[in-house]
Amino acid sequence: MTAIYQALYEFISRFFSPSIITLVVTTLVYAAIPLVFILVYGLVAILGEMKISAWLQDRLGPMRTGPKGILQPIADILKLLQKEDTTPRAADRPLYRLAPWVAFIGSYAAFAALPFSVAYIGARLNTGIFYILSMGSLVVVSILLAGWGSDNKYSMIGAMRSVAQIISYEIPVALAVITVVVIAGSMDLQTITDLQAGGINNWFLLGGPKHLEGFGGSTNFVLVPVMLVAFAIYFIGSLAETNRVPFDVPEAESELVAGYHTEYSGMKFALFFLSEYASMFAVGSVASILFLGGWQSPLGDTMNGPAMGFLWFILKGLSFVFAQIWIRWTLPRFRVDQVMRICWKVLIPFGLTAVAAASVIAVAIQ
Amino acid sequence: MPEILERNIHSHSLLHASAPVHLPDRVEPKRLHTEEMVLNIGPQHPSTHGVLRLEVVLDGEVVVDVIPHIGYLHRCFEKHAENLTYPQVLPYVDRMDYIAAMSGEHGYVTAVERLLYIEVPEKVEYIRVLFAELQRIASHLIAIGTFGMDSGAFTPFLYCFRDRETILEMFEKTCGARFLYNYMWVGGLSHDLHPDVLPMCRDFLKKSRATHQEINDLLTFNHIFVERTAGIGVLDREVAINGGASGPMLRSCGVKWDIRKDDPYSIYDRFEWEVAIGSSDRGEPGDSFNRHWVRMQEWEQSLNIIEQILEQFPRQDATDVQSAIPKRLKPPEGEIYSRTETPRGELGYYIVSNGDVKPWRVKVRSPAFSNLSLLPLLSRGYLVADLIVILGSIDIVLGEVDR
Repeated sequence: MTAIYQALYEFISRFFSPSIITLVVTTLVYAAIPLVFILVYGLVAILGEMKISAWLQDRLGPMRTGPKGILQPIADILKLLQKEDTTPRAADRPLYRLAPWVAFIGSYAAFAALPFSVAYIGARLNTGIFYILSMGSLVVVSILLAGWGSDNKYSMIGAMRSVAQIISYEIPVALAVITVVVIAGSMDLQTITDLQAGGINNWFLLGGPKHLEGFGGSTNFVLVPVMLVAFAIYFIGSLAETNRVPFDVPEAESELVAGYHTEYSGMKFALFFLSEYASMFAVGSVASILFLGGWQSPLGDTMNGPAMGFLWFILKGLSFVFAQIWIRWTLPRFRVDQVMRICWKVLIPFGLTAVAAASVIAVAIQ
Repeated sequence: MPEILERNIHSHSLLHASAPVHLPDRVEPKRLHTEEMVLNIGPQHPSTHGVLRLEVVLDGEVVVDVIPHIGYLHRCFEKHAENLTYPQVLPYVDRMDYIAAMSGEHGYVTAVERLLYIEVPEKVEYIRVLFAELQRIASHLIAIGTFGMDSGAFTPFLYCFRDRETILEMFEKTCGARFLYNYMWVGGLSHDLHPDVLPMCRDFLKKSRATHQEINDLLTFNHIFVERTAGIGVLDREVAINGGASGPMLRSCGVKWDIRKDDPYSIYDRFEWEVAIGSSDRGEPGDSFNRHWVRMQEWEQSLNIIEQILEQFPRQDATDVQSAIPKRLKPPEGEIYSRTETPRGELGYYIVSNGDVKPWRVKVRSPAFSNLSLLPLLSRGYLVADLIVILGSIDIVLGEVDR
């Protein structure tokens, strides 16, 4: 149990006498921390998407709601709350209603295993990265439910594309993750982060820890090309995982109107939207944990610690979100068969090579 | 069983809910069968560029057949024209190809002037060609921008609109309208050129060449964009000619045919420029990429023409731009077919006069209509995503298709 959990427990035990109720309430509050984070981050990310796209396109973006338009996401959410929540008559109602929640649960659940700081991790699992990858796949189930349940041909095509896409990108992403796991020797994200202590030089992107005995020390630089390849594969795969340009084929606007969420309005649409943004942060922060030291400061011991670590973690995650937004507003979209060709014929061979090379090097230098 | 499943496999007797089927103890699994699906794209769809409806027969995502349904924007132009005097037809001409209203007007007034045997002052011709070429750039900017959007790139669209804005500003300064101008009158113009326009043009040349380079870097030579468009929707050279394709659609097949060069009207014979044609540097002649590439090159060529107009423009000429406008516009009995090159291709006006102030018949040969008629031929066998790209590369304006 972390210090934050202990403090929460002691605070809540003042109000509830039986310890079992205190335990339940504390756990619920503790679990709600990522939810609060997702909601706040969602507002920031929506505004960021609007403003960054505007700057890239020589526009100002929203300027009227609040100073420089910073209240625009709140106005948007209020609008979504007021909208009529429609269901197509021919929809498969249970599936149609379930889909947005499955999407959101999938994204939210992934946050449970993210180490935000040395002091906060929802659940420290010894298979953390494995858990996050499988929760990420849950989003695709929801897309399939939405596509099937909407009784709309556009939604159906979008859902089918999405399923084809998940089969293609999950393997290269997993291979990239395995490359790091082989070197780190652990699937626990907190352990992987701990290994990268001591500044930018020890990040897995630059070959991993050079200060630890048994990790090869200064000879770790031979890992740099392998890690760069793994990082590139993970980043490309993560774009596909979050259905962002250039892999946004499931919701390709110019072809499928809005893809799998064509029929959704109001809060159901907002949940899909929030889930997409939450996934963007989740994959970005996983990339930062695996390759860029997670909550570790790039300066070594300076500016490190539980609070600063939280800031570093958010900063690294948000820079990935920024990169995704930047790419979205720059590149055209791949065709669905091209996505699969890239995944199967380019990323998987490179991923297998990276895993093999990492394994050989790991054995050789230890 | 969900309704949709029931409907999709209605022909499968074992799964048909309403038919009471006695199931034997051991059912031999029948092969799952697939069937074609009809997808209705439009009339309200982000990529149909207006109110076009495409009835698409799909086998999975592969396009088996496309049936374009047009007429949602039909406004009886030809019938209206029979009941209006010659100058009164002009505002209706604007509303045909509303993306390139100046070019449409240029075609119409050229036709009526040929019917009347009037010569217009040199200055008027320069202003007309200047505006027609600016309009060509403005129209191509929309075509390029929306084509980028169809392939998933949103940002080039806004860069294109930024440049188009300068052009519209020049039009606005001169005639007060930004979109539907009613500017080129039979025998003259509604207003003289605004004194700011020529300096603005000089600035625009520099800015637009920079934008051209920017769009090339961002979109045309983008690897993903080339992958998406090269070799998609290849139009055969013979089919293009026989199918009545014109404009960038025809030139992309490698046919050097531009009415400004091959059947010159106005003062186009005074300028030096190249007819842009498709090449096989990227993709192959006649594909979606080359249709885009021809537009990019034409943008550059139009800038060259504008540069020459700026050099040759009779600045000292104080002729009234309305001096040649006939007081009583009543053409002699006869008929004329006159064609001009608009951004979309050969725009022809067939006008029959019976000596009245109203035309007896105005028939329009619209390039977008002929080009769109080739869509089913181009898109069979490609994917849905390709269909959208092919449609975008044809660059239709529904106002002109339906008239």
